[in-house]
Amino acid sequence: MPWDRNQMAARAAKELRDGMYVNLGIGIPTLVSNYIPDGITVTLQSENGMLGMGPFPFAGEEDADLINAGKQTITELPHTAYFDSAASFGMIRGGKIAMAILGAMEVSESGDLANWMIPGKLVKGMGGAMDLVAGVGRVVVVMDHANKHGESKVLKSCTLPLTGTGVVDLIITNMGVLEVVPGGLKLLELADGVTEGDLRAATEATLVN
Amino acid sequence: MKKIYGSAAEALDGVLFDGMLIAAGGFGLCGIPELLIDGIVAAGTKDLTVASNNAGVDDFGLGKLLATRQIKKMMSSYVGENAEFMRQYLSGELELEFNPQGTLAERMRAGGAGIPGFYTKTGVGTVIAEGKEVKTFDGQDYILERGIFADLAIVKAWKADATGNAVFRKTARNFNPPAAMCGRICIMEVEEIVPTGSLDPDTIHLPGIYVHRLIQGTHEKRIEQRTVRQRETA
Repeated sequence: MPWDRNQMAARAAKELRDGMYVNLGIGIPTLVSNYIPDGITVTLQSENGMLGMGPFPFAGEEDADLINAGKQTITELPHTAYFDSAASFGMIRGGKIAMAILGAMEVSESGDLANWMIPGKLVKGMGGAMDLVAGVGRVVVVMDHANKHGESKVLKSCTLPLTGTGVVDLIITNMGVLEVVPGGLKLLELADGVTEGDLRAATEATLVN
Repeated sequence: MKKIYGSAAEALDGVLFDGMLIAAGGFGLCGIPELLIDGIVAAGTKDLTVASNNAGVDDFGLGKLLATRQIKKMMSSYVGENAEFMRQYLSGELELEFNPQGTLAERMRAGGAGIPGFYTKTGVGTVIAEGKEVKTFDGQDYILERGIFADLAIVKAWKADATGNAVFRKTARNFNPPAAMCGRICIMEVEEIVPTGSLDPDTIHLPGIYVHRLIQGTHEKRIEQRTVRQRETA
């Protein structure tokens, strides 16, 4: 069986290292916070202006002044710090955030990322995604290997408008883990029950040894 | 100099004109200048260009100015929560300039700091870079982005003293300081105007030099996505 959303999030959490400042995107990446390994402390950044993001509040304790970048009510922690949006993206662009874990629509074998726009469909905007991929030390993408039509999302080159070029370091899909290396993608790990043949058949991008 | 005004209408008097560029603070519905938005709706100023990270929701925040068709153009990073925005945009009635969120914040900060342009690696190789100067520094490409010099900034803080020294609360700070900085005139609304001298000078988030007019009022502070966790039962 390929990995489900939670198994993908759990696998992404293994990329975390003690002491990291990390930004988690919306969707599956948000689930990563449920799987932070024992003995590892990471500080979550929310790009609307917060380091040290805590869990959702208990009912009745929601605070309209305390939300995450997905506009969800959250809580603070003892080490929380707040700052304005210019300072927030200063630390992102300035390379102070060690890792971003983001969702994607398409990733290419050279690490190009498309995750903000489908032409002809509803255009919502890139939010902070372009800044994150441009500035963060290591970009980990978590996504399904294929789209809902069964077409590979791991491509030779992206077809959708890009969020950044050559920015992705690691791709975690429901079928396995791929690293972006010179010349293509290197298979690091297969999901339980997925064969290398299955993954190769589902991947348009070049796989290298 | 008197900075405190009695209402949004009084604070906006003499400042508004058709076709002006307004920078607005807030992220989603958090920390938005609710009272001043209502004041601009009432004033009926038209053909506005508004630099704001988001565009509110249909019946709250900047969505109110979209409903009255007072906005000609938005400069934003994410507008996904507003059906009327989409309708106007897709029908060509509303212009939209997408800015990466950090680029928008820095454009405001830069404008306020007297910097007309800056180079950033955000957006290199994407549609955002189209038509912009590319310059290579130390082997890496950067694009030129312009500082924003707004005719008016409308922002919201938690508390301010009579001189406009302001303190924000939690993540409601967001775009408010950079938006305030980039306005030739900045009007700030607060939940409470406190006696001058009662705020610790070491904890001022935005010095009053950036704030020209100040109003106090009651805020709805609507929550966009109410998410909670369950208490564990013993």
